[in-house]
Amino acid sequence: MLKLLLSRLATAIPSIVGVVIVTFMLTRLLPGDPAAYFAGLAASPQAIAEIRTKLGLDKSLPEQFVAYIGDLAQGNLGNSLSTGQPVVAEIVTRLPASAELTLVALLLAVVIAIPLGVLAAVKQGTWIDHTCRIVTTAGVSLPVFFTGLLFAYVFYYLLQWAPAPTGRLDVFLSPPTHITGFYLIDSALTGNLEAFWGSLRQLALPAISMAIFSLAPLARMTRGSMLAVLGSDFIRTARASGLSPRTVIFTYAFRNAVLPVITVLGMVFSFLLGANVLVETVFSWPGIGLYAVNALITSDYAPVQGFVLTMAVLYVALNLTIDFVYGLVDPRVRLDA
Amino acid sequence: MLPLLRHARYVLSENPVTGLAFGLFAMFLVAAILGPVLAPYNPMQSNAAMALKPPSAAHWFGTDQLGRDIFSRVLVATRLDLTIAFASVILAFLLGALSGVAAGYFGGWTDRIVGRLADTIMAFPLFVLAMGIVAALGNEVINIVIATAIINFPLYARVARAEANVRRDAGFVEAARLSGNGETRVLLGHILPNIMPIMMVQMSLTMGYAILNAAGLSFIGLGVRPPAAEWGIMVAEGANFIQSGEWWIALFPGLALMLAVFCFNLLGDGLRDIIDPRMRT
Amino acid sequence: MKRRSFIKTTAVAGAAATVAPAIWSEAKAQARNETLLIVNESPPNSMDIHGVGANRPAYEVSWNIHDRLITYGAKKDANGNDHYDYTKLEPELATDWNVTPTSATFKLRRDAKFHDGTPITAKDVKWSFDRAVTVGGFPTFQMAAGSLQKPEQFVVVDDNTFRVDFLRADKLTMPDIGVPVPVIMNSELCKKNATAADPWAMEWCKNNTASGGAYKIERWQPGQEVVYTRNDDWKNGPLPKVKRVIMRIIPSAGNRRALLERGDADLSFDLPSKDFAELRNSPKLTVVGTPIENAMTYVGMNVNQKPFDNVKVRQAVAYAIPYQQIMDSVMFGQALPLFGGADNKFKGVVWPQKDGYKTDLAKAKALMAEAGYAGGVETTISFDLGFASTNEPLTILVQESLAQIGIKATINKIPGANWRGELLKKNMPMIANSFGGWLNYPEYFFFWCYHGQNAVFNTMGYKNPTMDALIDKARFASGKEYEDAVKGFVDIAFEEVPRVPLFQPLLNVAMQKNVTGYRYWFHRQLDFRQLVKS
Repeated sequence: MLKLLLSRLATAIPSIVGVVIVTFMLTRLLPGDPAAYFAGLAASPQAIAEIRTKLGLDKSLPEQFVAYIGDLAQGNLGNSLSTGQPVVAEIVTRLPASAELTLVALLLAVVIAIPLGVLAAVKQGTWIDHTCRIVTTAGVSLPVFFTGLLFAYVFYYLLQWAPAPTGRLDVFLSPPTHITGFYLIDSALTGNLEAFWGSLRQLALPAISMAIFSLAPLARMTRGSMLAVLGSDFIRTARASGLSPRTVIFTYAFRNAVLPVITVLGMVFSFLLGANVLVETVFSWPGIGLYAVNALITSDYAPVQGFVLTMAVLYVALNLTIDFVYGLVDPRVRLDA
Repeated sequence: MLPLLRHARYVLSENPVTGLAFGLFAMFLVAAILGPVLAPYNPMQSNAAMALKPPSAAHWFGTDQLGRDIFSRVLVATRLDLTIAFASVILAFLLGALSGVAAGYFGGWTDRIVGRLADTIMAFPLFVLAMGIVAALGNEVINIVIATAIINFPLYARVARAEANVRRDAGFVEAARLSGNGETRVLLGHILPNIMPIMMVQMSLTMGYAILNAAGLSFIGLGVRPPAAEWGIMVAEGANFIQSGEWWIALFPGLALMLAVFCFNLLGDGLRDIIDPRMRT
Repeated sequence: MKRRSFIKTTAVAGAAATVAPAIWSEAKAQARNETLLIVNESPPNSMDIHGVGANRPAYEVSWNIHDRLITYGAKKDANGNDHYDYTKLEPELATDWNVTPTSATFKLRRDAKFHDGTPITAKDVKWSFDRAVTVGGFPTFQMAAGSLQKPEQFVVVDDNTFRVDFLRADKLTMPDIGVPVPVIMNSELCKKNATAADPWAMEWCKNNTASGGAYKIERWQPGQEVVYTRNDDWKNGPLPKVKRVIMRIIPSAGNRRALLERGDADLSFDLPSKDFAELRNSPKLTVVGTPIENAMTYVGMNVNQKPFDNVKVRQAVAYAIPYQQIMDSVMFGQALPLFGGADNKFKGVVWPQKDGYKTDLAKAKALMAEAGYAGGVETTISFDLGFASTNEPLTILVQESLAQIGIKATINKIPGANWRGELLKKNMPMIANSFGGWLNYPEYFFFWCYHGQNAVFNTMGYKNPTMDALIDKARFASGKEYEDAVKGFVDIAFEEVPRVPLFQPLLNVAMQKNVTGYRYWFHRQLDFRQLVKS
């Protein structure tokens, strides 16, 4: 088991190296001159040149890269031009917001998609199966920013069911005591009912928009895997032995079918991280997605760099975790390795 | 050819949804090719007096803030969106399939390098990478194509590699080698055509994603420039008008977008059923 | 139909959640009544107006948490709205002042204190003024606009008396002391946080405040919100009525409008023109629109590049622009036209003013032919993506019209951060841009936008010695000589038309009916001190 983990870790390292290099190059290619921006209105060309030297932008690309690596080693991701804050601090503050949203959306998606997939597999070929396919495919076809906008308009503006899209919490409620940064968990742990309800209400629309988007891959995978399992020998034996359909499906088939779905979770998570950016823009969610988009539009390269790097590292870590969990759950993987 | 068509007809009758998808695809193709001819108004023509009019007999989808006819714009945008999607999918295919089969066939260093490249790309949240690439290379349509192709590259490479690996020691490949064909000829002339059906399924499945990607990039301002008609940029513009009640500006391009992606997803499923029913998920 | 039923159940659950918490809505309601909630698009990037790259939202923070020596009085504008009066200077920290041809001496209020309780004295004023003229960048440049340039000019006479010695006779010196830049900072507190390498405490002041004004910062979450509480010990003016102000960042304009209409927010500036045009008719909201002084939105042409080096081409463009269409479709009437006047001549000592150009495609085509471009020409028109909601439709309309006179223009969107860099390069052939000066004098505008000194705001790269002489004369003259000089440079500007004036934009603000007291200030930021929420 440990050997498996270490070998996976070893293959992840070149990816991270690749990510660091690609991120650096991309952001250096971003158009615009941070020095001119920093120097402000009506700065003379000399003032701008001075600032360029101060920012280290006049050095050659390899030299800048070395400086970049040095900074990274010290945990320094630079400063944002538009907010003036160190990027590390901002990412640390904003990451829980995005993570909470993504995880709640993922949970929602799983809770809907898996039963849907099982149902479609069990009733294969019937109109239920076709409807399931259409519904999930429709979900993934809608651009997530469009769904978000529509929901905000219908449920907040027209129907008044949802609260104002002002972020994670209503303006007049104070955030719960900071333990994990996840408002739902923190307010539950400190017994802060008001904050719990408040955060849940604010989470509703953005999470639903994102969940709809990720139904398809989960439902499909569940259906396919369920179909494969239902056609296997041991299920046929179980049926032949006279076990009730319910026992067959839930006690035997489902548990085995769920395994491949875990592997798909990683891909879905990556999907959602991309959708995050768009949903956060629509709902003013103070997460890293919105942070990155604003930085990108204004050619503020330090946050973009920090964001991409953080996301990539998180994603690699996530995939490692999923591999690990899969290895725990399915002994065959352990033995094979 | 004929058995394939008969098989296709069988699949279509079994699965009416796929038939629907083919029908939609045909409609989109017609819109893309004949769009400018079929459009009732000039999609770029502004008309301040007719701005922000709701759908009516004269303007089926209403007009936007500059008085342009939305139906014409949605119709004409089909060409741009489909072109972007096709171009990026074909580019991804060329890059991915070629490097993938080479990696699967030759193994060794080729395999390792292609694998590392794919892993590096897959380490990024894909939309974010696309954002970065377009921002870095510049606000041009060609860069959207390049960015989308790059982020789809790993998928094609993986599938091609797996398929090439399986066929490496197959009978027909051995025969081709024995006939005196060089390795490259075997690769390009025998293996690649053999995996085309599977690659085509992949291509149609990712077409939908390519369209969504282009729309998402336009939504945040990267990519297509005004006054070009493109579904994503039209939704972005329309978003500003939803709250004030002019819902039609964002709705119709959004629906067109959804329909197109939907069509390609179903098409991919249907193609997969035709080519290899065992692969149904 | 699992998905549909799921949505229904969630919606019902959501509705239940909105009804459920009746128990704490009272506390919330009380907090709500005492607080003014403002929603904006862009966050401040610094707590220090002297900081490098401090953006415009940072000016609003500075204006409300700091005092200055003097401020401006008020008057009613043409619509009966409260408007600052640039001819009346009034006391703030300085209770009284004596102006001679060579200096101005200010008497400071004796019992004024900073937020940390330290008394405000003249040495704090000197330290702050020295800082403004020394740190460089925009603050220094703004101080210099009023001939405030050297620390030697600022003299501490005694603890409560401060003197500014003039470098030259500049009518802008006194007004310049009332602009946002020369704030009074707590010098002792700053010096404690300064270092040898950073004597002005620039690092510390980015995130901290050394202030003494009417409001203090209760909390700042960069990029999200700023929360202000009233300084109940404020002595430098009448105590403000609003106890607490929350400024929240909501990036989506549609959401800002929805919040206002639903009553969940009290005030907002940053809405598209169309929304303001519609909200004017809303029974729930008050919309106040004030023409922005000394400001215009224009199409500028680079006079050092073909084809715009030819005055006839520029005039052709001036006749080709679809002015009224822009006023209707882009601004929805939320602007004052600067076109269609009787002629291209001076109409009074006021800026901006109407020129004589109007849409006349035939005339434009004739001018193009005269200039030798009957066959057409290609160029690009660029704009700042940060102002896309106005600039995008505007450039599309301009592009369409120019195509009809043979100018094929490609639209070039430039991200906000790069815009200044691009302007500095001075190589964009054609741009759509806006400029507004803080000090409402025509020569002030012309000094930055038309003078051959080629400041960054002279985006056209225009250099005309005759024009320069007239501008220089106007800056220091008065009476008839002054009026003649202004007449001279305005006539040249209209004839040569290196930039085509389009309109004077309105500064619109929408607020709930129970919010009153809004006053228009030249810096276009909100002054909380005059607001009342009943």
